[in-house]
Amino acid sequence: MKKEKLNEFQNFALNVRRNVISMSGNGGCFIGASLSWVDICTYLYTEFLNISKDNLKDPLRDYLFLSKGHAVPTLYSTFVELGWLEKDRLQNNLKTNDFIYWHPNVNIPGIEFQSGSLGHNFSVAAGVAVDCKLKGEKNKVVVVTGDGELNEGSNWEAALIASAYKLDNLLVIVDRNHFQANMETEDLIPLTPLDEKFEAFNCSVKTVDGHSFKEIDAALSEFPFEEDKVSVLIAETIRGKGVPSIEKRADKWFANFSNEEIKKLINELETEHNK
Amino acid sequence: MNYEELLLDLVIKDNRYIIMTSENRAAMRNIPPVIKNNFIDTGISEMTQVGMAAGLALRGRIPILHALATFITMRSFEFIRTDVGIPNLPVKIVGGVPGFLSDGNGPTHQALEDISLMRGIPNVNVFSPADEDDMLKGLPKVFASPSPFYIRYVGTKPVVEHSPFEIGKAEIFGKGTDAAILTHGLLFAQAYKAKEILEAKNKSVRVINMRTLKPIDESAILRAAKDCKLIVTLEDHFLTGGLYTILAEVLLKHGITADVLPFAMKDKWFKPGLLNDVLDYEGFTAEKIADSIFKKING
Repeated sequence: MKKEKLNEFQNFALNVRRNVISMSGNGGCFIGASLSWVDICTYLYTEFLNISKDNLKDPLRDYLFLSKGHAVPTLYSTFVELGWLEKDRLQNNLKTNDFIYWHPNVNIPGIEFQSGSLGHNFSVAAGVAVDCKLKGEKNKVVVVTGDGELNEGSNWEAALIASAYKLDNLLVIVDRNHFQANMETEDLIPLTPLDEKFEAFNCSVKTVDGHSFKEIDAALSEFPFEEDKVSVLIAETIRGKGVPSIEKRADKWFANFSNEEIKKLINELETEHNK
Repeated sequence: MNYEELLLDLVIKDNRYIIMTSENRAAMRNIPPVIKNNFIDTGISEMTQVGMAAGLALRGRIPILHALATFITMRSFEFIRTDVGIPNLPVKIVGGVPGFLSDGNGPTHQALEDISLMRGIPNVNVFSPADEDDMLKGLPKVFASPSPFYIRYVGTKPVVEHSPFEIGKAEIFGKGTDAAILTHGLLFAQAYKAKEILEAKNKSVRVINMRTLKPIDESAILRAAKDCKLIVTLEDHFLTGGLYTILAEVLLKHGITADVLPFAMKDKWFKPGLLNDVLDYEGFTAEKIADSIFKKING
């Protein structure tokens, strides 16, 4: 990957992280789970997905479903950087005069479907993928899940059936930040070996460092990973990524910071970025 | 035309329709090889069937789902509520062997709260046809409606030819004023026979086949409450949340009251067995219903 390209990704992601942190006051947001997938989200919207402001209703566009709905600040923050959403509206988080709240909803252009209840969007995305295939269209359908979310059996039901229908236009990205709400996944409901689990469901799996644009790019350049198989990208990530003081902190799943704290966190983010 | 032919006709005329099932093919054994791509069987998995249906509907399809009524409405309740109800997608959910039609299966298969659950979801409507003729008359409009619908599948032979169907409009038999029997689904046939038995005893009775329980025909209910000495609710459903509750809601909303005799499963499951034996054991035959109504009227 060229240095300029890498810089572009990193700067975009920095801006997205700054936006996410700016949403973590006045009632707060699920900041840890939002920060962990910023790099994936950046890559998807700036490089991988055929989605633009002008084709949001076009049946030939690609689709992104955020199944771990509580991480929606990352989407809104990305939409701001893409110019789909006015930046000021991020400060409407939890205000009843707007539609920005803790989980996604379709009133914000770019959001394909509401989520928040975990374990739903894999099957919804599979339905979209089936239809794209039936119509012979080449859309890519992406669903982003959490790792803790994989406790929900509905995901595995969907994996079984998506594989049966050979949905190789479907990409499941697991934001593997190793935390569920209150504790580490391996201390509660262990998922390891996660790659082998998906392989056992006949999916084609790749594992990458979810903060390395180079690795994400290398893996997704090969999508679909195998013909007739659902592709699964396990993105190894860090919850709270970018701000060392909240990284891997079980108590920073959700946070409601003061304006002063938000300023400090943004400083910390920028210092870390410039290292 | 039977149910299967109706589905086939729909799909051939309009490619938006997708027939789905959780390996419940009893009502459609012959069409899968014919309609091919417009048929999706998700195996024994109701949650994914509903989730995928939502995805298909997002793409402009009209999925018609099939599974046993208990499993599709209860196992996947939250998928219906969240992925169909909230976005108000035109997904049609057909529940097999609802109510007493589960006959010998036992309580695991007794959908006696399906109507209560489905009507409680904003945007989701409910159609409970009396028999095959009623079902086939109603389905074209139910399927063509832009709303999500839950449909109780009732394929029994009709005891009477039904009138043309309108969503939200009840079908009324007779103008009797001693009693109005409000009913839906399978038990319409018993209500119709009970009416004849009571008329033979010089009682005047009307039978109201509600057809859709949501939207509900309030005017038919209010007219019956105004005209008749007794309102009977007859349903193969729990007493809570079904037609009896709907009646109470309508009367309360309009600030009126009535003498009401409910027939429903009162906080218990029914004794499993062959359908006619179940009806007899639980007191839902035309004769037993007529007898209870006669005694109530004669007070």
